[in-house]
Amino acid sequence: MVKHLRKPHDLGGLQDGQVDRSEHTHEPWEKRVDSIMRLVSDKKRLILTVDELRRGIEDLGPSVYDELSYYERWISSLTNVLIEKGVVTSDEVGHKMNDVEARWSADREIEP
Amino acid sequence: MSRFVLGDTVQVRQAYPPGHLRTPTFIRGKRGVVEASPGIFANPEELAYGRPGTPKQPLYRVRFLQSEVWSDYTGPTSDTIMVDIYEHWLIPDGPPS
Amino acid sequence: MTKHHRHPNQPDIEDTPFTRFQVMTEALIELLMEKKVFSAKEFRIQLEKMDAKSPADGAKMVARAWIDPEYKIRMIADVNLAAQELSLDAGHIPIQVLENTPEIHNVIVCTLCSCYPRMLIGLPPDWYKSRAYRSRTVREPRIVLAEFGTEIPNDVEVRVHDATADLRYMVLPMRPPGTEGLSEDTLATLVTRDSLIGVSLAMPLDLDNGQLENKEEI
Repeated sequence: MVKHLRKPHDLGGLQDGQVDRSEHTHEPWEKRVDSIMRLVSDKKRLILTVDELRRGIEDLGPSVYDELSYYERWISSLTNVLIEKGVVTSDEVGHKMNDVEARWSADREIEP
Repeated sequence: MSRFVLGDTVQVRQAYPPGHLRTPTFIRGKRGVVEASPGIFANPEELAYGRPGTPKQPLYRVRFLQSEVWSDYTGPTSDTIMVDIYEHWLIPDGPPS
Repeated sequence: MTKHHRHPNQPDIEDTPFTRFQVMTEALIELLMEKKVFSAKEFRIQLEKMDAKSPADGAKMVARAWIDPEYKIRMIADVNLAAQELSLDAGHIPIQVLENTPEIHNVIVCTLCSCYPRMLIGLPPDWYKSRAYRSRTVREPRIVLAEFGTEIPNDVEVRVHDATADLRYMVLPMRPPGTEGLSEDTLATLVTRDSLIGVSLAMPLDLDNGQLENKEEI
Protein backbone atom coordinates (compact mmCIF):
# COMPACT_ATOMS: atom_id res chain seq x y z
CA MET A 1 0.00 0.00 0.00
CA VAL A 2 1.33 3.45 -0.85
CA LYS A 3 2.01 5.89 1.93
CA HIS A 4 -0.69 8.53 2.32
CA LEU A 5 -0.19 11.90 3.92
CA ARG A 6 -2.41 13.26 6.65
CA LYS A 7 -3.14 16.94 6.48
CA PRO A 8 -2.04 18.89 9.55
CA HIS A 9 -5.57 19.46 10.89
CA ASP A 10 -6.58 15.78 10.77
CA LEU A 11 -5.54 15.01 14.33
CA GLY A 12 -7.82 12.23 15.59
CA GLY A 13 -5.90 9.43 17.28
CA LEU A 14 -2.43 11.00 17.17
CA GLN A 15 -0.33 10.92 20.30
CA ASP A 16 0.11 14.07 22.28
CA GLY A 17 0.79 15.32 25.79
CA GLN A 18 -1.55 16.29 28.60
CA VAL A 19 -4.32 18.77 27.84
CA ASP A 20 -3.28 22.25 29.00
CA ARG A 21 -6.41 23.46 30.72
CA SER A 22 -5.33 27.01 31.47
CA GLU A 23 -8.02 29.51 30.55
CA HIS A 24 -7.37 32.60 28.49
CA THR A 25 -9.86 35.22 27.66
CA HIS A 26 -10.14 36.02 24.00
CA GLU A 27 -8.14 39.05 22.98
CA PRO A 28 -10.09 41.85 21.31
CA TRP A 29 -8.45 41.26 17.94
CA GLU A 30 -9.44 37.58 18.06
CA LYS A 31 -13.07 38.51 18.54
CA ARG A 32 -12.75 40.91 15.63
CA VAL A 33 -11.53 38.09 13.38
CA ASP A 34 -14.45 36.00 14.52
CA SER A 35 -16.88 38.81 13.75
CA ILE A 36 -15.55 39.32 10.22
CA MET A 37 -16.11 35.63 9.56
CA ARG A 38 -19.65 35.67 10.97
CA LEU A 39 -20.59 38.67 8.84
CA VAL A 40 -19.15 37.57 5.49
CA SER A 41 -20.70 34.10 5.89
CA ASP A 42 -24.10 35.20 7.18
CA LYS A 43 -27.33 34.67 5.29
CA LYS A 44 -27.47 38.29 4.21
CA ARG A 45 -24.02 38.28 2.60
CA LEU A 46 -23.11 34.66 1.77
CA ILE A 47 -19.72 35.80 0.48
CA LEU A 48 -17.97 32.69 1.68
CA THR A 49 -18.75 29.51 3.55
CA VAL A 50 -17.18 28.08 6.68
CA ASP A 51 -16.17 25.17 4.46
CA GLU A 52 -14.04 27.51 2.36
CA LEU A 53 -12.51 29.00 5.51
CA ARG A 54 -11.60 25.50 6.68
CA ARG A 55 -10.21 24.49 3.31
CA GLY A 56 -8.01 27.59 3.41
CA ILE A 57 -6.79 26.73 6.92
CA GLU A 58 -6.01 23.14 5.96
CA ASP A 59 -4.05 24.32 2.94
CA LEU A 60 -1.80 26.68 4.90
CA GLY A 61 0.66 23.79 5.06
CA PRO A 62 1.87 21.71 8.01
CA SER A 63 4.52 24.05 9.39
CA VAL A 64 2.32 27.14 9.20
CA TYR A 65 -0.69 25.28 10.63
CA ASP A 66 1.29 24.16 13.66
CA GLU A 67 3.01 27.48 14.20
CA LEU A 68 0.02 29.82 14.04
CA SER A 69 -2.56 30.26 16.76
CA TYR A 70 -6.21 29.50 16.11
CA TYR A 71 -7.26 33.00 15.06
CA GLU A 72 -3.99 33.62 13.25
CA ARG A 73 -4.97 30.70 11.03
CA TRP A 74 -8.45 32.13 10.63
CA ILE A 75 -7.38 35.60 9.50
CA SER A 76 -4.78 34.11 7.15
CA SER A 77 -7.31 31.83 5.49
CA LEU A 78 -10.07 34.43 5.50
CA THR A 79 -7.89 37.00 3.74
CA ASN A 80 -6.66 34.44 1.20
CA VAL A 81 -10.17 33.28 0.34
CA LEU A 82 -11.46 36.85 0.02
CA ILE A 83 -8.58 37.60 -2.38
CA GLU A 84 -9.31 34.42 -4.29
CA LYS A 85 -12.95 35.45 -4.65
CA GLY A 86 -12.09 38.96 -5.78
CA VAL A 87 -13.72 40.65 -2.80
CA VAL A 88 -10.40 42.34 -2.06
CA THR A 89 -7.11 42.32 -3.93
CA SER A 90 -3.64 41.59 -2.57
CA ASP A 91 -2.62 45.09 -3.53
CA GLU A 92 -5.45 46.66 -1.54
CA VAL A 93 -4.65 44.53 1.48
CA GLY A 94 -0.96 45.40 1.18
CA HIS A 95 -1.61 49.15 1.07
CA LYS A 96 -4.08 48.99 3.93
CA MET A 97 -1.76 46.91 6.09
CA ASN A 98 0.96 49.51 5.59
CA ASP A 99 -1.50 52.25 6.58
CA VAL A 100 -2.58 50.44 9.73
CA GLU A 101 0.97 49.60 10.78
CA ALA A 102 2.14 53.18 10.22
CA ARG A 103 -0.78 54.57 12.21
CA TRP A 104 -0.31 52.21 15.15
CA SER A 105 3.45 52.80 15.21
CA ALA A 106 2.96 56.57 15.17
CA ASP A 107 0.42 56.32 18.01
CA ARG A 108 2.91 54.51 20.16
CA GLU A 109 5.67 57.03 19.56
CA ILE A 110 3.48 59.95 20.55
CA GLU A 111 2.41 58.43 23.83
CA PRO A 112 4.73 59.08 26.76
CA MET B 1 -33.60 8.51 -1.25
CA SER B 2 -31.07 7.62 1.44
CA ARG B 3 -29.08 4.48 0.84
CA PHE B 4 -28.84 3.35 4.46
CA VAL B 5 -31.32 3.02 7.28
CA LEU B 6 -30.97 2.93 11.05
CA GLY B 7 -29.28 -0.22 12.25
CA ASP B 8 -27.41 -0.89 9.00
CA THR B 9 -23.82 -1.97 9.36
CA VAL B 10 -21.64 0.17 7.13
CA GLN B 11 -17.98 0.48 6.33
CA VAL B 12 -16.20 3.76 5.83
CA ARG B 13 -14.42 3.93 2.50
CA GLN B 14 -10.69 3.71 2.69
CA ALA B 15 -9.75 6.55 0.35
CA TYR B 16 -7.16 9.27 0.67
CA PRO B 17 -7.91 11.90 -1.98
CA PRO B 18 -6.59 15.45 -1.74
CA GLY B 19 -9.08 18.22 -1.00
CA HIS B 20 -11.25 19.33 1.90
CA LEU B 21 -12.56 16.12 3.46
CA ARG B 22 -14.97 15.65 6.36
CA THR B 23 -14.16 12.01 7.05
CA PRO B 24 -11.26 11.87 9.51
CA THR B 25 -8.39 9.56 8.59
CA PHE B 26 -8.69 7.53 11.80
CA ILE B 27 -12.15 6.24 10.94
CA ARG B 28 -11.56 5.25 7.31
CA GLY B 29 -11.88 1.53 6.68
CA LYS B 30 -13.75 0.98 9.99
CA ARG B 31 -17.12 -0.70 10.40
CA GLY B 32 -19.96 0.82 12.36
CA VAL B 33 -23.71 0.96 12.74
CA VAL B 34 -25.99 3.73 11.49
CA GLU B 35 -27.45 5.32 14.60
CA ALA B 36 -29.28 8.30 13.08
CA SER B 37 -29.78 10.08 9.79
CA PRO B 38 -30.13 13.75 10.62
CA GLY B 39 -30.77 14.94 7.08
CA ILE B 40 -29.46 15.85 3.67
CA PHE B 41 -26.83 18.55 3.41
CA ALA B 42 -24.97 20.42 0.69
CA ASN B 43 -21.69 18.55 0.30
CA PRO B 44 -19.07 20.51 2.27
CA GLU B 45 -16.30 18.93 0.21
CA GLU B 46 -17.73 20.89 -2.72
CA LEU B 47 -18.78 24.00 -0.81
CA ALA B 48 -15.15 24.32 0.27
CA TYR B 49 -14.24 25.27 -3.29
CA GLY B 50 -17.00 27.81 -3.74
CA ARG B 51 -19.28 25.42 -5.61
CA PRO B 52 -22.93 24.81 -4.71
CA GLY B 53 -22.41 21.47 -2.96
CA THR B 54 -24.56 19.39 -5.27
CA PRO B 55 -25.58 16.68 -5.31
CA LYS B 56 -26.53 17.06 -1.69
CA GLN B 57 -25.48 14.21 0.56
CA PRO B 58 -27.43 12.33 3.22
CA LEU B 59 -25.56 12.49 6.51
CA TYR B 60 -25.40 9.58 8.94
CA ARG B 61 -24.39 9.39 12.56
CA VAL B 62 -22.39 6.18 12.70
CA ARG B 63 -21.51 4.44 15.95
CA PHE B 64 -18.25 2.51 16.19
CA LEU B 65 -16.92 0.33 18.98
CA GLN B 66 -13.71 1.89 20.26
CA SER B 67 -12.15 -1.56 20.51
CA GLU B 68 -12.69 -1.97 16.76
CA VAL B 69 -11.32 1.45 15.91
CA TRP B 70 -8.19 1.07 18.03
CA SER B 71 -6.63 -2.37 18.38
CA ASP B 72 -4.88 -1.18 21.55
CA TYR B 73 -7.91 0.51 23.16
CA THR B 74 -7.53 0.23 26.91
CA GLY B 75 -11.06 1.12 28.09
CA PRO B 76 -14.08 -1.17 28.43
CA THR B 77 -15.25 -2.92 25.26
CA SER B 78 -18.61 -1.14 25.52
CA ASP B 79 -17.06 2.31 24.87
CA THR B 80 -18.09 3.86 21.57
CA ILE B 81 -17.39 6.73 19.25
CA MET B 82 -19.92 8.47 17.03
CA VAL B 83 -18.75 10.08 13.81
CA ASP B 84 -20.92 11.97 11.32
CA ILE B 85 -20.27 10.66 7.83
CA TYR B 86 -21.71 11.68 4.47
CA GLU B 87 -23.18 8.95 2.31
CA HIS B 88 -20.53 9.00 -0.42
CA TRP B 89 -17.98 7.88 2.18
CA LEU B 90 -19.95 4.76 3.18
CA ILE B 91 -20.35 1.31 1.66
CA PRO B 92 -22.69 -1.45 2.85
CA ASP B 93 -21.24 -4.16 5.02
CA GLY B 94 -22.48 -7.48 6.32
CA PRO B 95 -23.32 -8.03 9.96
CA PRO B 96 -20.27 -7.70 12.23
CA SER B 97 -18.42 -10.95 12.68
CA MET C 1 -9.55 60.08 14.14
CA THR C 2 -6.53 62.22 14.96
CA LYS C 3 -3.05 60.88 15.39
CA HIS C 4 -3.08 61.95 18.98
CA HIS C 5 -5.68 59.53 20.08
CA ARG C 6 -4.97 55.90 20.46
CA HIS C 7 -6.72 53.97 17.77
CA PRO C 8 -9.41 52.11 19.68
CA ASN C 9 -8.56 48.82 18.01
CA GLN C 10 -4.89 49.01 18.70
CA PRO C 11 -3.59 46.12 20.76
CA ASP C 12 -3.75 47.15 24.38
CA ILE C 13 -0.53 45.92 25.82
CA GLU C 14 2.02 48.68 25.41
CA ASP C 15 5.14 46.59 25.57
CA THR C 16 3.96 43.80 23.32
CA PRO C 17 4.67 44.53 19.68
CA PHE C 18 1.57 44.10 17.59
CA THR C 19 1.65 41.25 15.14
CA ARG C 20 1.25 40.90 11.40
CA PHE C 21 -2.04 39.12 12.06
CA GLN C 22 -3.48 41.96 14.11
CA VAL C 23 -2.51 44.40 11.38
CA MET C 24 -4.05 42.13 8.74
CA THR C 25 -7.27 41.88 10.75
CA GLU C 26 -7.65 45.64 11.02
CA ALA C 27 -6.74 46.15 7.36
CA LEU C 28 -9.35 43.64 6.27
CA ILE C 29 -12.07 45.18 8.46
CA GLU C 30 -11.37 48.66 7.08
CA LEU C 31 -11.33 47.42 3.48
CA LEU C 32 -14.59 45.51 3.86
CA MET C 33 -16.22 48.57 5.40
CA GLU C 34 -14.96 50.80 2.59
CA LYS C 35 -16.39 48.31 0.10
CA LYS C 36 -19.68 48.36 1.99
CA VAL C 37 -19.58 44.61 2.62
CA PHE C 38 -20.63 45.54 6.14
CA SER C 39 -21.01 48.79 8.03
CA ALA C 40 -19.28 49.84 11.22
CA LYS C 41 -22.61 49.47 12.97
CA GLU C 42 -23.15 45.94 11.70
CA PHE C 43 -19.66 45.05 12.84
CA ARG C 44 -20.23 46.45 16.31
CA ILE C 45 -23.54 44.63 16.65
CA GLN C 46 -21.87 41.37 15.66
CA LEU C 47 -19.16 41.87 18.29
CA GLU C 48 -21.79 42.55 20.93
CA LYS C 49 -23.80 39.52 19.91
CA MET C 50 -20.83 37.28 20.44
CA ASP C 51 -19.95 38.85 23.76
CA ALA C 52 -23.48 38.11 24.93
CA LYS C 53 -23.05 34.38 24.32
CA SER C 54 -21.95 32.32 27.29
CA PRO C 55 -22.47 28.91 28.84
CA ALA C 56 -25.31 30.50 30.84
CA ASP C 57 -27.64 29.92 27.89
CA GLY C 58 -26.94 26.19 27.70
CA ALA C 59 -27.10 25.99 31.49
CA LYS C 60 -30.57 27.55 31.54
CA MET C 61 -31.87 24.95 29.13
CA VAL C 62 -30.35 22.10 31.11
CA ALA C 63 -31.86 23.36 34.37
CA ARG C 64 -35.27 23.57 32.73
CA ALA C 65 -34.85 20.05 31.33
CA TRP C 66 -34.00 18.76 34.82
CA ILE C 67 -37.22 20.05 36.31
CA ASP C 68 -39.50 19.56 33.33
CA PRO C 69 -39.35 16.14 31.62
CA GLU C 70 -41.63 17.33 28.83
CA TYR C 71 -39.23 20.16 28.10
CA LYS C 72 -36.35 17.69 28.05
CA ILE C 73 -38.09 15.66 25.36
CA ARG C 74 -38.67 18.79 23.28
CA MET C 75 -35.06 19.88 23.79
CA ILE C 76 -33.70 16.57 22.54
CA ALA C 77 -36.10 16.60 19.59
CA ASP C 78 -35.37 20.19 18.50
CA VAL C 79 -32.94 22.28 20.45
CA ASN C 80 -33.69 25.41 18.43
CA LEU C 81 -37.38 25.40 19.27
CA ALA C 82 -36.60 24.56 22.88
CA ALA C 83 -34.18 27.50 23.03
CA GLN C 84 -36.87 29.83 21.72
CA GLU C 85 -39.16 28.80 24.55
CA LEU C 86 -36.62 30.38 26.91
CA SER C 87 -36.08 33.37 24.60
CA LEU C 88 -32.66 32.05 23.59
CA ASP C 89 -31.27 31.88 20.06
CA ALA C 90 -29.58 28.60 19.18
CA GLY C 91 -28.66 29.80 15.68
CA HIS C 92 -29.23 28.12 12.35
CA ILE C 93 -26.73 25.26 12.65
CA PRO C 94 -28.56 22.23 14.06
CA ILE C 95 -27.46 21.38 17.61
CA GLN C 96 -28.09 17.88 18.89
CA VAL C 97 -28.47 17.41 22.63
CA LEU C 98 -26.74 14.32 24.05
CA GLU C 99 -28.32 13.13 27.26
CA ASN C 100 -26.06 11.59 29.88
CA THR C 101 -27.67 8.66 31.68
CA PRO C 102 -26.54 6.18 34.32
CA GLU C 103 -25.49 3.98 31.38
CA ILE C 104 -23.90 6.47 28.96
CA HIS C 105 -21.52 9.38 29.43
CA ASN C 106 -21.16 11.64 26.37
CA VAL C 107 -18.23 13.86 25.52
CA ILE C 108 -17.72 16.07 22.47
CA VAL C 109 -14.64 16.85 20.39
CA CYS C 110 -13.91 18.02 16.86
CA THR C 111 -10.83 16.28 15.51
CA LEU C 112 -10.75 18.15 12.19
CA CYS C 113 -11.53 21.67 13.30
CA SER C 114 -13.00 22.99 16.53
CA CYS C 115 -16.73 22.78 15.93
CA TYR C 116 -18.57 23.78 19.06
CA PRO C 117 -22.14 24.72 20.04
CA ARG C 118 -21.09 28.38 20.35
CA MET C 119 -24.63 29.71 20.01
CA LEU C 120 -25.50 28.10 23.35
CA ILE C 121 -22.12 28.04 25.11
CA GLY C 122 -20.13 30.95 23.63
CA LEU C 123 -16.61 30.70 22.25
CA PRO C 124 -14.71 27.49 22.99
CA PRO C 125 -11.93 27.41 25.57
CA ASP C 126 -8.37 27.11 24.26
CA TRP C 127 -8.00 23.53 25.36
CA TYR C 128 -10.98 22.48 23.24
CA LYS C 129 -9.07 23.79 20.21
CA SER C 130 -5.74 22.31 21.31
CA ARG C 131 -3.83 19.61 19.52
CA ALA C 132 -3.77 17.46 22.66
CA TYR C 133 -7.54 17.47 23.18
CA ARG C 134 -8.39 17.00 19.50
CA SER C 135 -5.95 14.15 18.96
CA ARG C 136 -6.35 12.19 22.19
CA THR C 137 -10.05 12.43 23.07
CA VAL C 138 -11.09 9.98 20.37
CA ARG C 139 -8.42 7.45 21.29
CA GLU C 140 -8.12 7.57 25.07
CA PRO C 141 -11.21 9.42 26.27
CA ARG C 142 -11.08 8.04 29.79
CA ILE C 143 -7.53 9.25 30.27
CA VAL C 144 -8.42 12.70 28.97
CA LEU C 145 -11.50 12.81 31.22
CA ALA C 146 -9.34 11.84 34.18
CA GLU C 147 -7.12 14.84 33.45
CA PHE C 148 -10.26 16.93 34.00
CA GLY C 149 -10.84 15.10 37.27
CA THR C 150 -13.66 13.04 35.83
CA GLU C 151 -13.62 9.32 36.51
CA ILE C 152 -16.30 7.34 34.71
CA PRO C 153 -16.99 3.86 36.13
CA ASN C 154 -16.17 1.01 33.76
CA ASP C 155 -19.80 -0.14 33.62
CA VAL C 156 -20.78 3.21 32.10
CA GLU C 157 -20.25 3.52 28.35
CA VAL C 158 -18.10 6.48 27.37
CA ARG C 159 -19.44 7.75 24.06
CA VAL C 160 -17.26 10.21 22.18
CA HIS C 161 -18.87 12.42 19.52
CA ASP C 162 -16.60 13.75 16.79
CA ALA C 163 -18.37 16.81 15.38
CA THR C 164 -16.94 16.71 11.88
CA ALA C 165 -19.93 17.60 9.77
CA ASP C 166 -22.99 19.82 9.82
CA LEU C 167 -24.22 19.18 13.34
CA ARG C 168 -23.10 20.59 16.65
CA TYR C 169 -23.46 18.83 19.97
CA MET C 170 -24.20 19.83 23.52
CA VAL C 171 -24.19 17.43 26.44
CA LEU C 172 -27.14 17.32 28.84
CA PRO C 173 -25.42 16.36 32.10
CA MET C 174 -27.17 14.33 34.78
CA ARG C 175 -28.80 16.20 37.60
CA PRO C 176 -26.61 15.91 40.70
CA PRO C 177 -28.10 13.98 43.60
CA GLY C 178 -29.56 15.90 46.53
CA THR C 179 -30.77 18.82 44.43
CA GLU C 180 -34.48 18.18 44.79
CA GLY C 181 -36.40 21.33 45.58
CA LEU C 182 -33.75 23.73 44.30
CA SER C 183 -34.97 26.55 42.13
CA GLU C 184 -34.35 26.49 38.39
CA ASP C 185 -31.93 29.41 38.70
CA THR C 186 -29.92 27.67 41.39
CA LEU C 187 -29.82 24.46 39.38
CA ALA C 188 -28.47 26.40 36.41
CA THR C 189 -25.47 27.49 38.50
CA LEU C 190 -24.49 23.82 38.82
CA VAL C 191 -24.26 23.47 35.04
CA THR C 192 -20.71 24.40 34.06
CA ARG C 193 -19.35 24.92 30.59
CA ASP C 194 -17.23 21.80 30.97
CA SER C 195 -20.28 19.72 31.89
CA LEU C 196 -21.95 20.87 28.64
CA ILE C 197 -18.89 19.63 26.73
CA GLY C 198 -18.90 16.41 28.72
CA VAL C 199 -15.41 16.60 30.21
CA SER C 200 -16.94 16.99 33.65
CA LEU C 201 -20.18 16.34 35.49
CA ALA C 202 -22.56 19.00 36.71
CA MET C 203 -21.26 20.45 39.98
CA PRO C 204 -22.24 18.63 43.12
CA LEU C 205 -24.28 20.58 45.57
CA ASP C 206 -21.91 22.61 47.69
CA LEU C 207 -23.56 23.25 51.04
CA ASP C 208 -20.92 25.80 51.96
CA ASN C 209 -21.46 27.80 48.84
CA GLY C 210 -24.74 29.34 49.83
CA GLN C 211 -26.64 27.51 47.14
CA LEU C 212 -29.16 26.31 49.64
CA GLU C 213 -29.98 29.86 50.61
CA ASN C 214 -31.68 30.22 47.27
CA LYS C 215 -33.73 27.16 47.89
CA GLU C 216 -37.20 27.72 46.70
CA GLU C 217 -39.77 28.18 49.40
CA ILE C 218 -42.36 25.53 48.90
